[in-house]
Amino acid sequence: MAKTLTRADGPQSVPALLHRNAKQFADAPAYREKEFGIWQSWTWSQTEAEIEALALGLLNLGVSEGDFIAVIGRNRPYLYWAMVAAQMVGAVPVPLYQDANAEEMAYVLEHCGARFVIVGDQEQVDKVIEVQDQLHQFEHMIYLDPRGLRKYDHSHLHQYSHVQEQGRAAYDEYIKELRAREKKLNYDSTGVMLYTSGTTGKPKGVVLSNRNIIETAKSSSEFDGLRQTDDILAYLPMAWVGDFIFSVGQAMWTGFCTNCPESADTMHVDLREIGPTYYFAPPRVFETQLTNVMIRMEDAGRFKKWLFDHYMAHARKVGPAILDGKNVSFGDRLKYRLGELFVYGPLKNTLGFSRVRVGYTAGEAIGPEIFDFYRSLGINLKQLYGQTEATVFITAQPDGEVRSDTVGVTCPGVELKIAENGEVFYRSPGVFVEYYKNPESTADTKDSEGWVATGDAGFIEDDTGHLRIIDRAKDVGQMADGSLFAPKYVENKLKFFPNILEAVVFGNGREECTAFINIDLTAVGNWAERNNIGYASYQELARHPQVMDTIQSHVEEVNVSVAGDEMLSGCQIHRFVVLHKELDADDGELTRTRKVRRRIIEDKYHDIITALYDGSKSLSTETEVTYEDGRKGSIKATLEVRDAKVLPVATKKLAAE
Amino acid sequence: MLDQTVTADGRTIGGVVMEMKNITLRFGGVEAIKNISFDIREGEIRAIIGPNGAGKSSMLNVISGFYIPQEGEVWYKGSRRPPMKPYQVAQQGIARTFQNIALFEGMSVLDNVMTGRLTHMKTGLFAQSLWKGKAEAEEIANREVAEKIIDFLEIQAIRKTPVARLPYGLKKRVELARALAAEPSILLLDEPMAGMNVEEKEDMSRFVLDVNDEFGTTIALIEHDMGVVMDLSDRVVVMDYGKKIGDGTPDEVRNNQDVIDAYLGVAHD
Repeated sequence: MAKTLTRADGPQSVPALLHRNAKQFADAPAYREKEFGIWQSWTWSQTEAEIEALALGLLNLGVSEGDFIAVIGRNRPYLYWAMVAAQMVGAVPVPLYQDANAEEMAYVLEHCGARFVIVGDQEQVDKVIEVQDQLHQFEHMIYLDPRGLRKYDHSHLHQYSHVQEQGRAAYDEYIKELRAREKKLNYDSTGVMLYTSGTTGKPKGVVLSNRNIIETAKSSSEFDGLRQTDDILAYLPMAWVGDFIFSVGQAMWTGFCTNCPESADTMHVDLREIGPTYYFAPPRVFETQLTNVMIRMEDAGRFKKWLFDHYMAHARKVGPAILDGKNVSFGDRLKYRLGELFVYGPLKNTLGFSRVRVGYTAGEAIGPEIFDFYRSLGINLKQLYGQTEATVFITAQPDGEVRSDTVGVTCPGVELKIAENGEVFYRSPGVFVEYYKNPESTADTKDSEGWVATGDAGFIEDDTGHLRIIDRAKDVGQMADGSLFAPKYVENKLKFFPNILEAVVFGNGREECTAFINIDLTAVGNWAERNNIGYASYQELARHPQVMDTIQSHVEEVNVSVAGDEMLSGCQIHRFVVLHKELDADDGELTRTRKVRRRIIEDKYHDIITALYDGSKSLSTETEVTYEDGRKGSIKATLEVRDAKVLPVATKKLAAE
Repeated sequence: MLDQTVTADGRTIGGVVMEMKNITLRFGGVEAIKNISFDIREGEIRAIIGPNGAGKSSMLNVISGFYIPQEGEVWYKGSRRPPMKPYQVAQQGIARTFQNIALFEGMSVLDNVMTGRLTHMKTGLFAQSLWKGKAEAEEIANREVAEKIIDFLEIQAIRKTPVARLPYGLKKRVELARALAAEPSILLLDEPMAGMNVEEKEDMSRFVLDVNDEFGTTIALIEHDMGVVMDLSDRVVVMDYGKKIGDGTPDEVRNNQDVIDAYLGVAHD
């Protein structure tokens, strides 16, 4: 149905899509939320009525066209409706991260000049009240959950359901105005503003038009053949562009059902109950689930354990091939069917993946073993590459061409080009309008022809046309001999080992590469427990000779793998240390989203870096640490510097050619 | 009887709902409670504090009907309460939690909370086992109440978990949930924060305040953590060796010389 609609006559705004859905899919479920232990659901026509009531209520409160309305809270249907209602009245919804602290919120609310704020509960109300003196345009706040708010001053505070009631009561008065405002919405009007998380500097407000949202939703839905009967679980932050496009953009375009969990803690149970057909999760979620499965299998009986190991080995062998529709012998297929009956089926059911038709992961590199585990079970897990400025989609993996080391081919309508320094540029209908109130940054990122710099370095594989991302462009450098230096690429390979939590690779402008390693206390601690190795602290475990040996073997394995890549074979790690403390966001070594801050680490640990390059066998160092409550202390340690085996690279010649 | 008063934070506190008159409780030759009188007003948070062995838990057990005092009278909602069994007291709308957690360890959180609805169940065993007519409707209504409380105390994620598998702090919260499921007019909490870390205490305090605010439940609690008591309660009774040595607002009690002596000790010359 949806496919016949073309740009000219199709709905030109998200509210227009809502009206279309309410007519076309009137009685199909649009939103579900588990509350009081029961899944409550709303059909598309009910959703339309709810959103309209809120929109009328907003008019009643005096929302003007072009106003910004901030939306803060966990994933709930009411808050998704709030975003659409805001669009209906000609305002711009601005979803914010609910876990942001009051100052971060103050910055964003003041930057966009939000007159209205719609929040989930008391926690958010308190945060906004705390900073309201700094907000010059802020006028009214609407909250969803009245718990604990009864005694608050209600002169500027309104309960969501009351706003809707007032809206319904004032139907005759405002409906004409509402329709008139809706009519004005077109492809060029702003659909939403999303703030980027801001790893460098202050967050920037990315303005996305209806064109961005609808075109992207349309082409990506077609790319994966999304259907009206699909189900998704909305559990990732509403302020994140991905959630907006999945739960609003694509949901509105194809008319599928968005399911909201009961609370953040119940996500896994809810996932199992809903059994989504379309699912997105960052690599971290898949990793945790796999670890849980493995730990529970360790505790299982011997027969069950044997059954699991036996059939998982078979799944690893033929599972991905079957999923990709390749030729697999009859015997192997039969055995896979048996495995499905005994192991894969029940396992998928436990994980909540029984019905997944399309699954995506993105945001970070996913370990090949983790990726293959899910694919071998017959779960169609794929990778995509995107960013807020592109309205998510830049590249994605088509069915049948899925690999863990690429991010796929360009999405429909997207053009790619690679600059001389390796940086990836793209152009698409999804390219953002501008950074709000920040023309310099807009000009820096987007050129006059509409090409946008991703800030990532990568290359397109000649034979397959798949894009491979190597690293952040600003981190990519050159070794002393001119070969390519891409630290993140090597660090990711190291981090795929469960024993390694974090790694930092150095070597820009130097002869050879070296690394800092952080062990994973859970994994290594577990190993120590099983092997009766006592330890009192992280520091003691980190410098245990057997741990050092294990890490050395991991580093050497990575070296073998890196040496196989002709472009990056210079990045083999010659020497490494296992750090005496975990890199920590409280010490400024990582960002809050756990990305390594290279410059700061280089400054702080310059003595260790020196030791890595001057050939010494060990060094003593003292490091300042910040505790969670803000107190400072210091750790003294003697670190062992280890040499790792490096492959004498034949490919170096290739690079020199 | 006192008239209605409104506290600084906007809650309404009504008249006396329960009054203890000259209560004396003996165990053989030991006098656990010596001639104590105090009252609890509707909608207030009333704390009972005192050093170990002061008779606080005994006092709570008198209120809940577990102990019957040898002397004195308990007045509830304007009339004298005859000696009663604990279940009869529960039927009157008084629910409690225990110092050492008394949950059904093998049952799920939900089932434990549902047991709190027992006093509200009217259909018989036969009807319930057949799951017909009124019994079904009643069960659904009771489940709804239980679910509201589960939502209120934010324990949805452990709804189906057997209690035995829960950490201590959560068990305490489940116990509170079970007591609330009875929709009591007076809630007795015996050391709700004992053995908790600071964060758990903060959570629990929040819940106690929210219960009082949201359901208007009168709360009588025993607590050792002075900070918690002073922050939460409207009025405090202080006991020492079975005697009442102080009664009043947290500020009054804090400045009471007898209380200071009992807590800090006095020099005996």
